[in-house]
Amino acid sequence: MTATTIPLDEPSVAPDSRIGDWVRDVGVMTRRNLLHIRREPMQLSDVTIQPALFVVLFVFVFGSAMVIPGGTYKDFAIAGMLTMVMVTATPGTAVGISTDLHTGVIDRFRTLPMAPSTILAGRSLADLLSLVLCATIVAITGFLIGWRTDASLLSVLAGFGLVLLFAYAFSWLMLCMGMAVTDPESAQALSWLLVFPIAFVSYAIVPTEGMPAVLRSIANWNPLSSVSAGARELFGNPNPAAHSGAWPLEHAIPVAIGWSLLILAVTIPAAIRLFRRRTAD
Amino acid sequence: MTPSPAPPSSSADHPIRAEGLVKSFGDTHAVRDVSLEVPAGTILGVLGPNGAGKTTTVRMLTTLSVPDAGWARVAGHDVVAEPRAVRRRIGVTGQNATLDENLTGRENLEMVARLGGASRPTARSRAVEMLERFELPHAADRVVKGYSGGMRRRLDLAASLVGHPSVLFLDEPTTGLDPTSRAGMWDIIRELVADGTTVLLTTQYLDEADLLADRIVVIDQGTVIAEGTSPQLKARVGGERLQLVLSAPHPSVRDLLAPLAAGEVVVDGRTVTMPVDPVPGLATTVVRTLDGAGITVDDVEVRRPSLDDVFFALTGHAAEPVTADDDDPLPELEGANR
Repeated sequence: MTATTIPLDEPSVAPDSRIGDWVRDVGVMTRRNLLHIRREPMQLSDVTIQPALFVVLFVFVFGSAMVIPGGTYKDFAIAGMLTMVMVTATPGTAVGISTDLHTGVIDRFRTLPMAPSTILAGRSLADLLSLVLCATIVAITGFLIGWRTDASLLSVLAGFGLVLLFAYAFSWLMLCMGMAVTDPESAQALSWLLVFPIAFVSYAIVPTEGMPAVLRSIANWNPLSSVSAGARELFGNPNPAAHSGAWPLEHAIPVAIGWSLLILAVTIPAAIRLFRRRTAD
Repeated sequence: MTPSPAPPSSSADHPIRAEGLVKSFGDTHAVRDVSLEVPAGTILGVLGPNGAGKTTTVRMLTTLSVPDAGWARVAGHDVVAEPRAVRRRIGVTGQNATLDENLTGRENLEMVARLGGASRPTARSRAVEMLERFELPHAADRVVKGYSGGMRRRLDLAASLVGHPSVLFLDEPTTGLDPTSRAGMWDIIRELVADGTTVLLTTQYLDEADLLADRIVVIDQGTVIAEGTSPQLKARVGGERLQLVLSAPHPSVRDLLAPLAAGEVVVDGRTVTMPVDPVPGLATTVVRTLDGAGITVDDVEVRRPSLDDVFFALTGHAAEPVTADDDDPLPELEGANR
């Protein structure tokens, strides 16, 4: 606020409290989204039951027919499964923001002295927490069915961090998508249309060598493939693509980080602009 | 068009001031020219039919919508230049409940209080205070989804007041409420004003404006067409009227009554209407005069002009037109899709 015209009888607010206010408001908004999850715990199924089920099904169904050079399918698969289930959990973000925009509560927020960005930041932070839960579930399920890493603890944690960073960036893309469409149903449909090909035409659950040439190029350049390859490298798991000649997979870690930062750099300002457009009149 | 800057000095005793507000959406001129002033600690009633521009005016005054032209200052701050400063001091209750359906009443109030700047303990105690004041403690820990329409409205108003605002905007606060809930809402509004809150209230109910508002602004088609106290507005349509229903039509009734009337005597079959001055015993004189001429009277009624009459006199149409538009969604639909 500009301090030039405050009448003497009005309490003025110190300008240096604005960052503190922002942090507090993000906290309040994050709590709100976590309370939603507590009210409807089934919302969490896509970061709990579904990932566990996917890991078990894929490892035992695909694994029975898959030969991975330099290891077992089980050890190959977990890093890719982790990437895939994290990305397939993000459509919930698109649906969530679209639902918010459809209810009157947004008008309430807009009459309060809070920054609009806190609404987006709160949602994204709550989603990040559920992504951490998702990663934990995959790790535990993987461990239970016999997945082992062959790297230092720090390297393994870095692997999880790499996937988490990408999934977080992807959730901002979903946030944009949720605000670009008119209603939650469209948000749901459209986000799945995006997520499915990205998840499957990739190095996440199968090696790309066996794919037809065109599909293989697409899969090799799919950001999800670099993230999966990077996580395999950091976990010390079988990673046949490391010597496949595919540049984005041979330099998987920097490419994965680059993709994530690029997506964040584009989607965060875009999300704020979209939010303003959706709530202005 | 850009909003013209507000004058730097705003009288502190008028927490709401607006001058020449204009807002269009494409080809729809929602608000063409609205100016108003609300003295501190009073209620201004903004009266108008559906689509008159009431909601758009409130949205501009509450920083939700930027005016195309004109300016407004609320609680001492320009709504365009200093929206945050305005938001810190106002409470807003719209026609649609602006609540989080998946949170409990208490969680909603605590959230709004926190976002308004209250510390956690303060937010907690204010939420409790509001729940008690609005008779909702039994529902405090239930999810809002399960609330009735009246409870939702009360909680919504509680959310607007949890930050102790000095200026309160109520956009059709009783639309769609049952008579008991309406009366309850009126009591709450009166209490707030008694405590010094300044209130702007929009309504399409003439009785509501009549009962609550210190001053009334009548809006039609985005323009202020009249302003004043309820008695002043009523005076514009004239004084009292005497209406008689005769047992049978009579040819000389007009001549008999003309000396007693304050204007033209209108005879329509058995029904006679005449403007009258409020003289003691007038109705008795009228009935005796007719009785003396052998005319019997079935019904006598002295009518004071209602705001309905005012509205009709000012706009040439009735207060509640048949056309509904997005300015005022149908009350029965409210909450149905939440």
